[in-house]
Amino acid sequence: MKNKQSYDRAVFWMFVTPALFAFVMVVIIPFFMGLYYSFTDWTAVAGLKPNWIGFKNYTKMFSDYKFLYSLFRTFIFTLLSVISINIVALLFAILVTREIKFKNFYRAGFFIPNLIGGLVLGYIWQFIFKSVVPAIGSALGIQKLANVLILSNPNLTLFGLVFAFTWQYAGYIMMIYVAALLNVPQELVEAASIDGANYWQKLKNITIPMIAHAFTITTFLTLVNSFKQYDIIVALTNGGPTAMFRGDVVNSTELLAVHIYNVAFKYNKMAEGQARAIIFFIMLSVISIAQVYYNKKSEVEM
Amino acid sequence: MISKKRLKEVLLQLLTLILFLITIFPFFIVIINSAKSSLEIVTNPIKLPDRWMQLFVNIKTIWTNPNIRYASSVYTSVIITVFSLITIALFSAMAAWVLVRRKTKLSNFIFLLFVSGLIIPFQVVMFPLVSFFRMINEAIGLPMLRTYHGMIFAYIGFGAPLAVFMFHGFIKTIPLELEEAAWIDGCTKPQIFFKIILPILKPIIVTICILNAIWIWNDFLLPSLVLGIGQNIQTIPLAIAAFAGSFVKKWDLIMTAVLMAATPIVIGFLLGQKHIIKGMISGSIK
Repeated sequence: MKNKQSYDRAVFWMFVTPALFAFVMVVIIPFFMGLYYSFTDWTAVAGLKPNWIGFKNYTKMFSDYKFLYSLFRTFIFTLLSVISINIVALLFAILVTREIKFKNFYRAGFFIPNLIGGLVLGYIWQFIFKSVVPAIGSALGIQKLANVLILSNPNLTLFGLVFAFTWQYAGYIMMIYVAALLNVPQELVEAASIDGANYWQKLKNITIPMIAHAFTITTFLTLVNSFKQYDIIVALTNGGPTAMFRGDVVNSTELLAVHIYNVAFKYNKMAEGQARAIIFFIMLSVISIAQVYYNKKSEVEM
Repeated sequence: MISKKRLKEVLLQLLTLILFLITIFPFFIVIINSAKSSLEIVTNPIKLPDRWMQLFVNIKTIWTNPNIRYASSVYTSVIITVFSLITIALFSAMAAWVLVRRKTKLSNFIFLLFVSGLIIPFQVVMFPLVSFFRMINEAIGLPMLRTYHGMIFAYIGFGAPLAVFMFHGFIKTIPLELEEAAWIDGCTKPQIFFKIILPILKPIIVTICILNAIWIWNDFLLPSLVLGIGQNIQTIPLAIAAFAGSFVKKWDLIMTAVLMAATPIVIGFLLGQKHIIKGMISGSIK
């Protein structure tokens, strides 16, 4: 019996160690190192021992207009993206779950942009906004479109980012809605039709409440992924164009993930970048927990 | 009444088609501009190319230009993706199996540790990770940055939480009697895992490989930190970032490179569409 126990234990460690070792080395240890570094004057220079400076990196962050501006822009970007992606995805899903021709073909078409990596996608849209849109404008004789410099205007650029991200992500979210829509019992919809409900009434009173569970998932995914967006921004705008905020020059699309990277590597303030990353993590957790809690409460009991 | 319904159907059909064309439009732009010279693009980016043969000229330029090193980046991307997929799937399945089967406080804690990895965003660990990898090199002389093994090791660490979580959920549904019978027949534990459990896990392995393949193939931030942009070992996104940054406005070559990066994934998707969509969706609804 003793033998079997130690054999089991040996097998357990033999099997769990490879994955656990890599995970601890790559995620857990760096996580705690990062927590510690955020309270120091860490510079990542080899041989230089970081000194404990308490909450200095944290207090500095909240008096830095660049950070506050980035935070503000990230919230706007996230809000617009969540709304835009979910509306487009739901529209796609409703269209491709009707009895139309080539619906599988359309589903695949809407989904494909999701396979393109954010970096590659950013370059495609940079080209479209810089060259293609003006070319279309002059081909159609629309002067406004021909002369527009989307990526030179802070607000238009943010909308451009939302547009590009919606293009990438709506097809994926559509698939979640499609799965949910196919589970709505048809008897309910038919019964409502017999009672004389029109299309909007059926959508509002039956379909939407019945797919509330999907809303919890799709809102969570779009929220988290908008908040964390990095690749598309780097390739499409690289944080620019610049704008003025409270007398400071700021980068209008330097959203949090990009901001954290820039503070650490461009401005060479590793510890400050790390402290901002910790705050980023806390905000992300709070927002997503609050959202899931709120949405769960409004789901209908089946 | 019928004609009104019919009209509505046609309009909806038309709306779907228009949305589809808008979705496909960027691909169309990439394809036509991959077959143009740089001058042609500047003159008019929305007309069809004069000579489609230019596409092959551009591909050849990208493939052979020593500054872009596209060929070697394809090789690197394939190696890193394949080895990461195999190790993530195998190690995570092994870990998940013993975590399900051995019910102790410790195994519970280890499982929760893995799950906590799902909520930690990459940004929080990226700076210390690079610094930790450098420390490992200084301490034991094993270089982790700018190496294949360092990159794959990082992917195992970041890929394990989701994979362990998904395997864990699946293995819980496998009846224990199967393993007990094999044990009585004289199989060792590793034999039970490799001969009985692993074959049953095949569908979930496919799902995990699809999810991770798309992530690793397209990933930019993690390889940019571990491998570095413009260093010896370059994945495709790193190579594209390096030359899209240096060859400012060389849109003909950027478009061709983008086309070449996207084509294998799109073809792969069209071949295994059903599996891929199912896999990607089930991965999200965890």
